[in-house]
Amino acid sequence: MAGDRANTKLPRLGLSKEQQGELAYELKHLPWIPLIIIGIMVFAAVFAPILAPYSPTKQTLRDKLLPPAWQEEGTSEHLLGTDILGRDILSRLIHGARVSLIVASTALLSGGVIGGALGVISGYVGGKVDTLIMRAVDATLAFPTILFALLLAVTMGQGLLTVVLAVTLILWARFARVTRGEVLALKTNDYIALATIHGCSSIRIMAIHIMPNVFNTFMVMLTLHVGLVILTEASLSFLGAGIPPPTPSWGQMVADGRAKVASAWWISIIPGVAITMVVIAFNVFGDWLRDRLDPKLRQL
Amino acid sequence: MQKYILNRLLQGIVLLFIVALIVFALSRATGNPAELLVPDDATEDEIQFIEHQLGLDRPYHVQLFIFLSGAIKGDFGESIAYKQPALDLFFDRLPNTLKLMPLSMGIAVGIAIPLGVLSATRRGTWIDKLASSIGVFGVATPNFWLAIVGIYIFSVWLDLLPPGRMGGPSHYIMPAITLGTFSVAGMMRLIRSSMLEVLDTEYVKLARIKGLPEWKVFWKHSLRNALIPVLTLFGVFVGGFVTGAIVTETVFAWPGIGRLTIDAVAQRDYPLLQAVILLDAVIILSVNLVVDILYAYLNPRIRFD
Repeated sequence: MAGDRANTKLPRLGLSKEQQGELAYELKHLPWIPLIIIGIMVFAAVFAPILAPYSPTKQTLRDKLLPPAWQEEGTSEHLLGTDILGRDILSRLIHGARVSLIVASTALLSGGVIGGALGVISGYVGGKVDTLIMRAVDATLAFPTILFALLLAVTMGQGLLTVVLAVTLILWARFARVTRGEVLALKTNDYIALATIHGCSSIRIMAIHIMPNVFNTFMVMLTLHVGLVILTEASLSFLGAGIPPPTPSWGQMVADGRAKVASAWWISIIPGVAITMVVIAFNVFGDWLRDRLDPKLRQL
Repeated sequence: MQKYILNRLLQGIVLLFIVALIVFALSRATGNPAELLVPDDATEDEIQFIEHQLGLDRPYHVQLFIFLSGAIKGDFGESIAYKQPALDLFFDRLPNTLKLMPLSMGIAVGIAIPLGVLSATRRGTWIDKLASSIGVFGVATPNFWLAIVGIYIFSVWLDLLPPGRMGGPSHYIMPAITLGTFSVAGMMRLIRSSMLEVLDTEYVKLARIKGLPEWKVFWKHSLRNALIPVLTLFGVFVGGFVTGAIVTETVFAWPGIGRLTIDAVAQRDYPLLQAVILLDAVIILSVNLVVDILYAYLNPRIRFD
């Protein structure tokens, strides 16, 4: 069946029958549902100002606490209802996606690069440097880093930079540990010994011979941690130490509705559903990517 | 063995020192700490008075010495919001957090162990699928939101449980479940993979060959050995417990140290926050030390290393 459909749909690509079959197989086994959820989120984040029906911060007290459209008192003007200040929840959700993605991409990049680099150094150089970096990794993983995030929020003040720094602090240790393990295995390869004999400097070996080989692992780690970063940002915002209001953030939105669960459940529940769906989507996609690119990471 | 314990103790003290150093450096690096230590409406004179009192007009190494010697004596300064020594506030609230611990740990272990073992011994069956979907949702669902959903269902809708604050036994149920769920998913995955590893060993095969009933092989011979890696990670779970307490106590208005931490953040109460962080660090490191020693005691390979 799948082969037939591939024949009718893909002849223009000029692929052989086997290749078409392979392509059809690949397409069929892509994690479609997670990809669609991620696609919607990215689309919403990029085109937020065009897509959102209202400004996410505009308060209309006359329309406050309107339930979602499918409830009896709901109106089609506010599909997902409004919050205590009469702000449109759908618009805040769309703009909140933007905040989540900005935090996730910057924090993953900084945490990943710092952690990855330290992991490569730790694994390749070894000895005392290795011990020192790995002790720091153990300490970071054992200590509830949320406490440092809270400390940062008080000393530096709330803001995007504070959140990114806090999440970087959480991420680097995980990246460093996995990358180091990978490098330890790579180091035993003959081509590394050959490069050393040729007189390559340590920096050149690390940059040219090791880093390209840990790239797959790095990409898988990045994908696997998007969910964690979105959750951490949401938790920090929920606790009042994340992105400061009135900028809409999903965690902040859950916190906004906390006192009103009894009368207006939608304020808290809807953004929580969004967080859960997006995090599951990223995690499932990350698992799929890991199985494709780097199955040995599975034990982690 | 003594050398091992001494070594671990020293490492703990070094780590504690580093935490203190970070707390010290952060307050200095990001502006005038005197401004963090006084209420927002303090006058210029008051700020200068505090600066002088704390020695902030002196060089950094002297300041560090003052800070550390105060911390060792248990003097973390006075909370701005409560006008009480920060240390007293911490120990006032600590029992309330500890009261949640037995029940929530019980819930976590009570769910994680049976599910972990069953999903490993019956791979691919519905129970394995159930366990892995609990894992997927458990990792992805924000706990603070789950707690609010719980309040909506059990307090608002069914009117069965109180929505928060301390009180009779029924007040403990939802906070304990919330706190427990923080570690369930991680613990379950760990037990599953560690069980799978143990089930593959020679001594388990031998136990089966000699005709022991399956349940005895699984729950006695395998589980005991599978729990060793769980014990190693107990320290990480304690760290998770601190994070969990912060979130849980915020949602349920529970007057423990988690709530105290968030109050300190909300009111920019720096002396209190710094005390909470250092004391949390002391607790976490002590638990880790005890676990390490216990572990060495249980596992002779480390003892004789």
